[in-house]
Amino acid sequence: MTLVDARGLRCPIPVLRLARLAKDALEGAELELWATDPAAEPDVRAWARMRGHEVIEVRPLEEKDPGNDDDVDPRAAVVIKVRVSRTS
Amino acid sequence: MTSDSAHRVLLEVAGRAPWHPAAREAFGALVEQGWADPRRLSAEGRRARLLLEAARESLGVHLGARTEEIHLTSSHTQSLHAAVRGVVRGRRRTGTRVLASAVERAAVLEAARFAGELEEVRVDALGRVDASAMRERLAAPGTALVALQHANGEVGTTQPVEEVAEAAAASGVPLLVDAGSSIGHVPGPRSWDLLAADPGDWGGPSGVGVLAVRSRVRWAADWPEDEDPWFPGGVSVPLAFAAATALDAALADRRESELRRRRQVARLRERIAATVPDVDVVGDPEDRLPHVLTFSCLYVDGEALTSALDREGFAVASGSACSSRSEQPSHVLAAMGALTHGNVRLALHRSVTDEDLERFCEVLPRVVAEVRASLGAQGL
Repeated sequence: MTLVDARGLRCPIPVLRLARLAKDALEGAELELWATDPAAEPDVRAWARMRGHEVIEVRPLEEKDPGNDDDVDPRAAVVIKVRVSRTS
Repeated sequence: MTSDSAHRVLLEVAGRAPWHPAAREAFGALVEQGWADPRRLSAEGRRARLLLEAARESLGVHLGARTEEIHLTSSHTQSLHAAVRGVVRGRRRTGTRVLASAVERAAVLEAARFAGELEEVRVDALGRVDASAMRERLAAPGTALVALQHANGEVGTTQPVEEVAEAAAASGVPLLVDAGSSIGHVPGPRSWDLLAADPGDWGGPSGVGVLAVRSRVRWAADWPEDEDPWFPGGVSVPLAFAAATALDAALADRRESELRRRRQVARLRERIAATVPDVDVVGDPEDRLPHVLTFSCLYVDGEALTSALDREGFAVASGSACSSRSEQPSHVLAAMGALTHGNVRLALHRSVTDEDLERFCEVLPRVVAEVRASLGAQGL
């Protein structure tokens, strides 16, 4: 699992960072994005559709999530997991 | 490079278009003739009242309503707020649920949350509401009002108003149709119980709105009583008259203007999809408003894009969070599953020429590439 922490960053930067990781990822790799931008979820879904990747989970960030520090209110952040596809 | 004083191409005039010359002329005459309070019994007051009645009658003819069903407001937002609040209060014994498509204007959704309980009905990827889902929800008891726009002003997709009107009538639920983006551009909807239309959109003045309410609709004010029960205090007579005159003028050559802009938008959709990489051209390609077009560019900052186009002489808007004051992305794009960043929203003014659009099509791919390069987004 590879993590992009894009909390506090605004569109289109969270999607852009995720795309940079996806570019070199292997088929089936799972990427995780943390974001506070309200546009992140719709935009990751649209990006995944345009690139053939699959959104496998969207949930609120929890305090117990490993790597979560207390700088950002976890309730304001979402976790979006994507499975990379190289076939399209 | 075009500066502000040079030729400006008006590509985003939704809800706030330049005044039609006929409206300007009418307004000037009315400042002379119709300045008085139409509630007064003086000769000046009676003259103002006659002019106001003439404006309502003319609006009624064009909207398919009787004069007494036409109410004038101070904005399209106020029309929508009052329609929702008045009907929810009037029908509170039946229930306070408001059914609305997920892509209604924010004024409808916010008024529904304020006055009752909002229940949003999903839309498909083209932005069209699921009419059968709407019908199913209408069959359940407890609904005060159902709201459905005639067409979506952001993406252009028309809605199945007739189908929903039939289901609403069968369930005895009044239907509010927001025709703020369509009246003046395409023939209006036939079936409605309340109809809101926006003069600012058809080349009339801002500061006036139109709400038509069928006499059969049960409603009650949740605001103080007034001689003008729907909109306490009444409206400016010169603005109302200018709004009606502008609609006359817009409808006089509506068909021609519709065909021209429909052809222009179809060509734009095709060119943009072909020349801009990674672009989402949004909305129904066929069953749509003639003058509205929206597209989103992957890995592009909407604010940078609209500013760059503005510097090139093109007035455009955006539904991206990073380019609006709200910080929220367009709820319409999000509900459709469309990309919300890098969004450009167009509503073509009638004055836009083929040459203007040719230049837009030449400039756009370069501007998008520049914004992507500045973000380091090439090759992703």
